Amino acid sequence: MAKQGLKRQQNRFAAILLLPGLLTVLIFTSIPALTTLSYAFFHWKGFSRGGFAGLENFHRLFAFPFKDQLFMAFRHNILVFVGIYVIQTSLGILLAYALFKAPRGQRFFRTVAFFPVIFSLVIVGYMWQSILNPFYGPVNWFFHHIHWEFAAQTWLGNTSTALPTLVFINLWRWVGFPTIIFLAGFNAISTDYVEAARIDGASEGKIFRKILLPLLAPSMTIVTILTFIGAFEWFDLPYVLGGSSGGPAGSTDTLALMFYRLSFGSVDSGANEIGIGSALGVIIFAVVGIGATYGSKFLRAREVEA
Amino acid sequence: MTNLFSSKTFFRAVLIFNSFSILLPVFFLINSSLRSSNDFAANPMKLATHPYWQNFSQVWADGAFATYLKNSVVITGGSLIVILVFSLGAGFALGRYDFKGHALVTGFILSGMLVPAKLAILPLFIQLKWMHLLDSQLGLILVYASGALPAGIFIMSGFFRSLPVDLDNAARVDGASEIQVLRKVLVPLVKPGIAIVAIYSAIPIWNDFFLPLVFIQSPEKKTIMQGLTIFFGEYSSQWGIIFAGLMIAALPLIVLYLVLSEQFIKGLTAGAVKG
Repeated sequence: MAKQGLKRQQNRFAAILLLPGLLTVLIFTSIPALTTLSYAFFHWKGFSRGGFAGLENFHRLFAFPFKDQLFMAFRHNILVFVGIYVIQTSLGILLAYALFKAPRGQRFFRTVAFFPVIFSLVIVGYMWQSILNPFYGPVNWFFHHIHWEFAAQTWLGNTSTALPTLVFINLWRWVGFPTIIFLAGFNAISTDYVEAARIDGASEGKIFRKILLPLLAPSMTIVTILTFIGAFEWFDLPYVLGGSSGGPAGSTDTLALMFYRLSFGSVDSGANEIGIGSALGVIIFAVVGIGATYGSKFLRAREVEA
Repeated sequence: MTNLFSSKTFFRAVLIFNSFSILLPVFFLINSSLRSSNDFAANPMKLATHPYWQNFSQVWADGAFATYLKNSVVITGGSLIVILVFSLGAGFALGRYDFKGHALVTGFILSGMLVPAKLAILPLFIQLKWMHLLDSQLGLILVYASGALPAGIFIMSGFFRSLPVDLDNAARVDGASEIQVLRKVLVPLVKPGIAIVAIYSAIPIWNDFFLPLVFIQSPEKKTIMQGLTIFFGEYSSQWGIIFAGLMIAALPLIVLYLVLSEQFIKGLTAGAVKG
């Protein structure tokens, strides 16, 4: 009886404790997330909803004038994902392995490597905009100084260099994050395997390739999925440095920027297209959701093999 | 390659090179914030041997900047209080109690972690307008809290679950009520979890400019990161002032990071690194 009383008291207490948090999430995350799907199937005039539109918003998204923007933005997202993934992952593994193998001063080097992660992308963006400034920036100053005039580009102002430059800035900001995940991965590997291989006379390079790298697979899964999601929702850095239309001349446009323009109106046209924007939102959500789900399934299966 | 991989000197060199690549740009920022705009324009690459502190006082004299900073403190602090109180409570209930619908609640929390907030921005905008929470700091606080709560509850429930059951029972035998069990016995033991949730949620909120960009229009309500984008346009060629503005916006986190780097690393990678 006393036990049942306690149980009832606990149930009531649990409800009181859970409700505020759950309601907040329900009202400000779940309901908007669910309604965002429905928005894509209605006509919109400004911020007021009209009749049912079926798939018309999707058709319009895939027709003039949005189609070209859409495919260009999508191409940029893919390029950004591949670029960030290849460079950031290899550099992250190298740095993590260096921290793992040369533990003296690890705390200092680790703290420094992670440092830029705490910065806002607004600060990172403007800081690099100044550093890469064609007239006052130290980068071009250096190239002029050593008479490498050809290397002194207008990094962020040129359609062919702007996107790679953004990828580079992203790398500077973020490489410490995979580094920490990979370092934790290396540390989690049992030293027995490494000792055994060493006794068998395996070289350090071979141990790295045949034992450590395969056993790093769980960390690799996490980094891959996070990079994928981040790349296909890439917004902040291109917005800060290229504006909402992905300047210069759309060369840094992304799906998320296009979604923002359609939702809230672009600087040049002003009008917004909520229906088409929501259709694009559904597509981004599908790409990210399906990619992340199947990607992690595929990568997890490989972990078991390793 | 084989030689390189067994050479500690090579790895030390990699780490030193990386540290330089990371610290040099930050040093450029700090150094330039201490030089007058004219001095900088004449030669951008000189050391600030005579620190020009007027940049900072000039930024401060532009009253808007202090307002932005205050707003960011209010919004980050307000969100943090909501997040910590709610996730402590819900985390405790999920981690310590077995009740009907436990699995359902857990599933709901996990689904909340998967929603990309940016894509729900339109319905959220219209909903906030309808609730009269648009262009409001309270609205922003609630949206931030709801974004961080699923992960916060999840992390806290893990910490509560890891504590031995006997703790609560012993306290109950001594006549403690459920609230007392939570407040007096368990909360002190999950302090490391509180620190992780606090850092995990507060840093992205302080750094965010997307939600204020969409939800806040009144100049007197804008946040520091949103304000910087305005500031950058206003003082476009007054370099010293721009660098000082960036420094002021970055400084709070830099100082905190210098003191609490371990907690920062743990907190910001929480969810990605297990254990």
